[in-house]
Amino acid sequence: MNSLALPLRVFEYWLMQYRRIWRGSAITSIVNPVFYLGALGVGLGTLVNKSTGNSLGVSYIDFVAPGMLAATAMTVASGEASWPVMGSFKWTRQYFAMLATPLGTRDIVLGHQLWMTARVASTSAVYLAVIAAFGAVNSPFGILALPAAVLLGAAFTTPFAAYAATRESDAAFVPVNRFVVVPMFLFSGTFFPVSRLPLPLEWLAYATPLWHGVELCRMFTLGDVHVLRALGHTVYLLLFVVIGFAWAQRTYAARLLK
Amino acid sequence: MADAAEQLPLVYARGLVKRFDDLVAVDGIDFDVQRGEAFGFLGPNGAGKTSTMRMIGCVSPPSGGTLSILGLDPVTKGADIRARLGVVPQQDTLDMDLTVRENIIIYGRYFGLPRGDLGRRADELIDFVQLSERANDKVEPLSGGMKRRLTIARSLVNDPEVMLLDEPTTGLDPQARHTVWDRLFRLKQRGVTLILTTHYMDEAEQLCDRLVVMDKGKIAAAGSPQELIRRYSTREVVELRFREENRPEEVATELTSQMDGLVRRLESLPDRLLLYTDDGDATASHVHELGLEPESVLVRRSTLEDVFLHLTGRTLVDD
Repeated sequence: MNSLALPLRVFEYWLMQYRRIWRGSAITSIVNPVFYLGALGVGLGTLVNKSTGNSLGVSYIDFVAPGMLAATAMTVASGEASWPVMGSFKWTRQYFAMLATPLGTRDIVLGHQLWMTARVASTSAVYLAVIAAFGAVNSPFGILALPAAVLLGAAFTTPFAAYAATRESDAAFVPVNRFVVVPMFLFSGTFFPVSRLPLPLEWLAYATPLWHGVELCRMFTLGDVHVLRALGHTVYLLLFVVIGFAWAQRTYAARLLK
Repeated sequence: MADAAEQLPLVYARGLVKRFDDLVAVDGIDFDVQRGEAFGFLGPNGAGKTSTMRMIGCVSPPSGGTLSILGLDPVTKGADIRARLGVVPQQDTLDMDLTVRENIIIYGRYFGLPRGDLGRRADELIDFVQLSERANDKVEPLSGGMKRRLTIARSLVNDPEVMLLDEPTTGLDPQARHTVWDRLFRLKQRGVTLILTTHYMDEAEQLCDRLVVMDKGKIAAAGSPQELIRRYSTREVVELRFREENRPEEVATELTSQMDGLVRRLESLPDRLLLYTDDGDATASHVHELGLEPESVLVRRSTLEDVFLHLTGRTLVDD
């Protein structure tokens, strides 16, 4: 496998694009965690802590903050892998511009994936810093929640980009958001343990990549690390990345190299 | 010692085929493009021009036959070939939110050109296509002609040996077309090989040293514009327009019986008669001597359009 030099040229394009909108995006990534952690962690948390009699074992903000971190990584990832991907085929046609140069399909897929990952990483880093400021990072292992969130992001960007490359319009992204992203956001152990779900739904939650990402982030910020379980979650998420990437190379090639 | 690659034509195609499921877009064509020439693919929509260009551009693997570009195999050496090509696609692939200058710079980066040189290079190219005043404007509000010129400037960023231009002036107004032609002509003078598709006959006549007429995936004719006109048309064409009561078909029959010798071929259209002749004026006066009274008589030079319509027919082709 050759170097990253060619994919990084693709990465540079996305960086150039982003320079026009970075201010708004940076503000959002700081304001969002402050609002959510304030409302859910502190506000709702006060109520939850009183009424559950500490059945979570930890304070609600310590429980919900890593869940929110993972859920945010997923949201950023799915957004970055939807419109910009389809738009690069349909609107800016920038993938076709890249393909007319020495860049190939793999460079185009990998370069864009690196960019999406950078977006997930920077948003997650800010999120984690805000969580720390709220006092909800309870262990030095907490820093590992960042690579966990990035890995989770890649488990979404790869298959989502593969799918987006097959779309002729952005209409499909609305149902994907409604029936895939939002239900995961709400029911994959982000806000409450999945053991509270009816049994079939609980099993369904275990199958979602978000649940594995939430568990990873949570064990790191709580400092409650189980190596084997962490490995299991990592492998599960890596599976999504590897399969998603291979699928993306296929769908991109099918569309670019007619 | 001359390299083997130097001996082959710049583009060499034999029995080249492109198939999409059941559709045969390119059906076994042969052609050579020599270094430094301007070579055209002329044909109606759906003739297979764009498919051929995409195969030459190494972004569409051939379904059959032999193809070599710059002496290299497009399937295994695609990236190496593309590094030496300048591509102007049919549909612009500019980023509308970036500026004119940024579009060229980022495209140069795709070729791996050093960032330090690209600013100056971009300014030179922007100047070459006369867009200096708009260099720092976003692309979105530019006119179609300006966008086209930007696409041409951008395609030159890597100093290509060969330019692939797919319908470079479609949709442009006459001034914009002439500006584009002028720039392309200058590139040709500098020794850049031009390969273009067009369905404008005047464009083909202006720019191409040699061309092939494609129809339904095959090459219907090949040669220089003058050769093709000589072979498939006549030096001049007399167009006669008649009032409705004199139906062209009836007049046509009458004329054919009396004018052979002077008129080599006669084509009857619903509203007009076209007389293909080597002496337009003599033919026109003969028409008057015969007592025919057409509403209008036009003597004109034969063009590639006559060749084209003769070879590919007058049926309307949808996209």
